[in-house]
Amino acid sequence: MYKLYDVLVALSRQFHRCQGWKDDRNRLRVLQRVRCVRQCLSSEGHRYGTGNQVPRGGGVAMVETKKLALTGAEAVANAMRQIAPDVVAAYPITPQTPIVEYFSKFVADGLVDTELIPVESEHSAMSAVVGAAAAGARAMTATSANGLALMHEIVYIAASLRLPIVMPVVNRALSGPINIHCDHSDTMAERDSGWVQFFVENAQEAYDLTLIGLKLAEHPDVQLPVMVNQDGFIISHGVEPVELLPDDMVRSFVGEREPVYSLLDVENPVTFGPLDLYDYYFEHKRQQIAAMEKVFEVFPKVVEEFEKISGRRYACVEAYRLDDAEHVMVALGSTCGTIKDVVDELREEGKKVGLLKLWMFRPFPKEQVQRYLYGRKSVVVLDRSASFGAEAPLYAEIKSALYESPTKPLIGSYIYGLGGREILPRHIRQAFEAAINGDLLADGQGYLGLRE
Amino acid sequence: MAVNLKQLAVEFEDPNKIGITSGHRLCPGCAAPMTAKMALMVAKHLGYDVVVGLATGCLEVSTTIFPYSAWSVPYIHNAFENVAATISGVETAYRALKKRGKLKREKPIKFIAFGGDGGTYDIGLQALSGAVERGHDFLYILYDNEGYMNTGNQRSGSTPPGSYTTTAPVGKKLPGKPQLKKNIVEIVAAHENVYAATATVGEPIDYMNKVEKALNFEGPSFIAVLSPCVRFWRIPNDAAVSITKLAVQSKYWPLYEVEKGVYRITKKPRSFKPIRDFLEQQGRFRALLSRPDADKVISMLQDYVDKRWERLLALEEATKDKPAR
Repeated sequence: MYKLYDVLVALSRQFHRCQGWKDDRNRLRVLQRVRCVRQCLSSEGHRYGTGNQVPRGGGVAMVETKKLALTGAEAVANAMRQIAPDVVAAYPITPQTPIVEYFSKFVADGLVDTELIPVESEHSAMSAVVGAAAAGARAMTATSANGLALMHEIVYIAASLRLPIVMPVVNRALSGPINIHCDHSDTMAERDSGWVQFFVENAQEAYDLTLIGLKLAEHPDVQLPVMVNQDGFIISHGVEPVELLPDDMVRSFVGEREPVYSLLDVENPVTFGPLDLYDYYFEHKRQQIAAMEKVFEVFPKVVEEFEKISGRRYACVEAYRLDDAEHVMVALGSTCGTIKDVVDELREEGKKVGLLKLWMFRPFPKEQVQRYLYGRKSVVVLDRSASFGAEAPLYAEIKSALYESPTKPLIGSYIYGLGGREILPRHIRQAFEAAINGDLLADGQGYLGLRE
Repeated sequence: MAVNLKQLAVEFEDPNKIGITSGHRLCPGCAAPMTAKMALMVAKHLGYDVVVGLATGCLEVSTTIFPYSAWSVPYIHNAFENVAATISGVETAYRALKKRGKLKREKPIKFIAFGGDGGTYDIGLQALSGAVERGHDFLYILYDNEGYMNTGNQRSGSTPPGSYTTTAPVGKKLPGKPQLKKNIVEIVAAHENVYAATATVGEPIDYMNKVEKALNFEGPSFIAVLSPCVRFWRIPNDAAVSITKLAVQSKYWPLYEVEKGVYRITKKPRSFKPIRDFLEQQGRFRALLSRPDADKVISMLQDYVDKRWERLLALEEATKDKPAR
C-alpha cells in the first residue's frame, strides 16, 4: 500500500505544480513524472531494505539499485541513519522538522543506535554537537532559518575548533516578518562562518552530498564542518525518486571517524577553546583559510570515490548545456531544475543558453566558475536572498570571479523567490531574454515574480 | 564517607596532580580556583577521571591564555551561555562511544561544568535547565561571585541589593540594585531527579562532602558555591574564607542541599550574626552604608534572610521522609 501512497503523493505534487500553468505541455510532464516515479519504486517489502552489492565487470562494485519515493527530509534522515553518528542533537523547526522526526523514529525503532540529545534550543543543539565532536564522537544536527540564526555564534566556534560536524540545513526565509517558506537568507548569513556549504537541486543530491560531506569533513587535511543546504518544502517535503545505497556500502564509504584529539583521551589531556589573543588568533585564522583551500584538493577525491560506488558524478559545479552557450544563468538549489527545463525550451528555439549550477558555495569554486564563464556573451545570476544595501551574495561572487576575465561578459543580477515566492518558467525565460537582448546592467538589480 | 583532609594532603602533595595547576592569572586571593581545586581533588580521590567544561568567565580566560593552559585534565570551553549544553554533548559522546565499544577503559569519567553567576543565573539558565531536565550525568559547579566580574563588575541576576556595580551603581538618587538575588538552587531543585546544594569556600569540608555526594548521584547535580571576587567585593586578598564563613553565620548564604526534593540544612550555626556585619566587611556595600536610607535596605535584607532561614527549617522538617521520587 505504501507504494500506491507514494505515487499519489508524487502525483499530487506534480498536479499542484501545474496549477495556474496555462500551457498543456506542462500537464503532459506530470504524466512523464508518474512514469518516472513508477519505474523508480522498489518492488521489495522492506522500506529501506539494505540491498546487496552485486559485483560487476571492471572490478567496480555496482549496486543493485533501489529507488524509493522519498522527500528530501526523509532522504537525508536515511543518510543519517546509514552514517549512524554516535551522537545527534537536534531541535525541531519547520521545515527541518521531518528530518528529526524520521531520525527519532529510526532510533525509537532500533534501526540505528545513535544517542539522541533532544535539546531545548538550536543554540544548545550546536553546543552539544561541538561537545560531542570534541569528545571524538561523530556528531550531527540539522536546522532551518531562525534555528540556524540562533546557533550562529556556535556555528563559528565549531569551524574554528576544526570539528567535522555535518549539518543538513533546510533553507527557509529568516524572520522578520516570520515566514516558513524557502529562501537562502538563513544560510547566506553563515557564508563567512568557516563551514563548507553545499546546495542541492533535489532529494537525491541532498542524500548524496550528505554522505560526501561527511567524508570531506573528516578528511585529515580538511577537518571542517559541512552544511548541506536543501530548499525548504520544495525539496524537504516534495516526494521524488531517490536511490539509497545499501547500508553496508555507506558504512564502508564513510568508515570510522579518527579524531586528532579527544576530550575522552584522559591520558593525553587537551585544552579545547582557549583564550586566543592578538599574538596567535590571526595565525589560527590563517590556518582555517588554508583548511578551506584544502577542500579543493580533497573534494575531487571524495566525489571520485563516491562515483565508484554510486555511479553518480559530482563536482564543485554542474555545467548544463554549456558547451556552446553564449548566455549562461548561474543559480543555486532546486530552481536549477526549472532552469534546465527553460534551457531546453530555449535551445529548441535555437537560443544558445545554458546553466551553471553551483553545488559548492563555500569554499567558493572560483576557478571552475571562471573556466565555465570566460568568453560568454552574458551571465545572468539568480539569487534567492538579498544583501540589503549591497549586491546579492551569489551575484557578488560571480561578478568578482569575472574581474580577471579577458573579455567582459554582460552581467546582470536577479533576486527571486524570497519567502517562498513561486519561481515560474516564464520568470526564468524573462531573465534569459534580458540576457539575449543585451538588457543586463552590471550595477542593476532585477526582481523576478515581484509585484512592483 | 566523609572526605579525609589528611588523606587528600598526602594524595595531592604534588599539586600538579590536582588538575588545575599554578601559573594561572587569576587575582591573588580569588576563590574560583579554590572552588575548582577542591572539586577536582574529591573526584580524583574517589577514583574518577575528570573532564571539565567551562563557561566564558574569569576562571576560563585566566587559566587558558594560548599557548598556555593551567589544566592538566581534558578541558573544553565553548561559549558563555552553553557550558551545560556542551558538557551534555561530551557526556553523551562518552556513553555512545562506550556503548559501541569504541572507548575501552575501566576507570569511569566524571563530567564537571564550571560557570560563573552570569553564565548560570542569567545567560546560561536555559542551557542548564535543558541539560538537567534531560538527566545527563554531570556535575555543574557555579562559582558565584555575584556579578559580571570578568568584565569589570556589572550587575547580574545574582548581585545582592545595594551592592555597588557599574550598571546598577549607588547614585545620588538610586540606592543601587533594588532586586533580591535569584534563588538559583530552588530553580535547579525544581527539576526532577536532581541533587542541588549550596556551599562555599569558607566551609571546605561541607563543600567537598557535597561534591562527593554529587559525583556519586546518578543524574544531574548542581552546587552553588559562594566564591568571593576580592577585586570587586572590595575585600583584602586573604579575606575570601573569612567573609564566606560570615555569610553562613549571618544566614546570607545558608548551607543546605536538596536531594530529590528532600531538604537538609548541612550547617546550623549555634548563634547568628546580623547581616550588617557581613555587609560592613565589604567595600562594595560602602556607598550603600553611607546613604541615609541604608537602614531601610539593610532591614529589608535582614528580614529576607530570617524568613528564608525559617522557611528552610520548615522545608527540612516537612520533606525529611518525602522524597519526590
